Amino acid sequence: MLLSKKNKEAFFNPLSKDNPVLVQVLGICSTLAVTVSLKPAIVMGISVIAVLAFANVIISFMRKTIPPTIRIIVQLVVVAALVIIVQQVLTAYSYDVSKQLSVFIGLIITNCILMGRLEAFALNNRPWPAFLDGVGNGLGYAIILVIVAFFRELLGSGTLFDTQVIPQCFYDAGYSNNGLMILPPMALIVVACIVWVHRARNKDLQEENN
Amino acid sequence: MNKNSNIYQISYASILVIAVGAILALVYMALKDRQDMNIADDTRKQILSSIRVQAPEGVTIEDTFNKYITDELRVDIQGNITEKGKGVAFGVDMKNFVKEKDATNKKYPVFVAKANDGTVKYVFPMYGAGLWGPIWGYVSVNDDGKTIYGANFSHQGETPGLGARISEADFQNKFQGKTLYNNNEFKSIEIVKKGQKGTTGGECIDAISGATITSRGVSSMMQDCLTPYDAFLKKLQSETAK
Repeated sequence: MLLSKKNKEAFFNPLSKDNPVLVQVLGICSTLAVTVSLKPAIVMGISVIAVLAFANVIISFMRKTIPPTIRIIVQLVVVAALVIIVQQVLTAYSYDVSKQLSVFIGLIITNCILMGRLEAFALNNRPWPAFLDGVGNGLGYAIILVIVAFFRELLGSGTLFDTQVIPQCFYDAGYSNNGLMILPPMALIVVACIVWVHRARNKDLQEENN
Repeated sequence: MNKNSNIYQISYASILVIAVGAILALVYMALKDRQDMNIADDTRKQILSSIRVQAPEGVTIEDTFNKYITDELRVDIQGNITEKGKGVAFGVDMKNFVKEKDATNKKYPVFVAKANDGTVKYVFPMYGAGLWGPIWGYVSVNDDGKTIYGANFSHQGETPGLGARISEADFQNKFQGKTLYNNNEFKSIEIVKKGQKGTTGGECIDAISGATITSRGVSSMMQDCLTPYDAFLKKLQSETAK
């Protein structure tokens, strides 16, 4: 019962076939902003997973009472409250992490994946599948974030997790870091390349050419 | 119950907002003390970092701070010490302090520290604007009144991987050993694009690529916040010259 076929789909589909970034094209803005290096990308990924899972569960519990006309406002209030509580608790008990997260907290609220999943899934499903859906979509988002950050940090700064990986002899031989990779436009291009590879491998996602 | 009736909607929204507001207020009140403590400890950590000290494991930051920071001063624009004693500099809220217009009557905070090499360092707090929000920092100067011993910068919400790198050691270490005086004239450190030359005659440091505004913010913050200490630093210089 806990992992019925439908629940499995709610969890595993967002990882690839229904990936929030690649297929639903949600959460692109934060993908541009936080993928300059791996560390912030991973922190952002984890925080989105946590907030998305909880918001999904809470909205799912409230789903039968929410008046349809003001449901967006209700969702927004729940997400905003949740994010502020997370931030307050972190400031009190894990100050270093909260410093790292400072800017991401705001970005989580604006992340379209949250509203998208609340609207599309949590409003019509029971809490447990909603929880799985939240974790699944958060993970799907985090994976893309990490892949993009990997290429951008490697090619843009020559480092991974702030450790130099491209040896000095490369630089001596005339190699230089690609400064363009650090700038936001390259995140879009890297995401586009991932979408390309992803579509090429999943033929059923390709649109018909008229 | 009709979920589409106006009364239901309005009362639902009101109750939700009041409930959420109450929860947030409770969370805030319950956690306030711990948060303030963390923030104060973080400030101490930043000040210690500017004199290249880290609290050893098992020792609280407060104890380390009290051990290394031997005195706290307030100095006026002529470099005279007006106040002395524990807490007189630490208690200054830099955010409001930099907003005070009356530069001639302000009493600027200074921390006196004893670094690991046994010499006395003077730590000056700074506060300025970055790209998205405030940036602040601490610069420690050797007892010769000229040379920077260490620097620490923090920010509230600069772009991760770009402007946020001002809080990383790589950037901060570049300030060590730079001098604030050129021909006995105060020249703040300039942060310029790699390969470019400064315009004021002060010493230069490479900016962070992709973070022009934050780098410029650090530059002008140092200029604005350190200039008032000119007279105080000159006094230190004449004392060491004796």
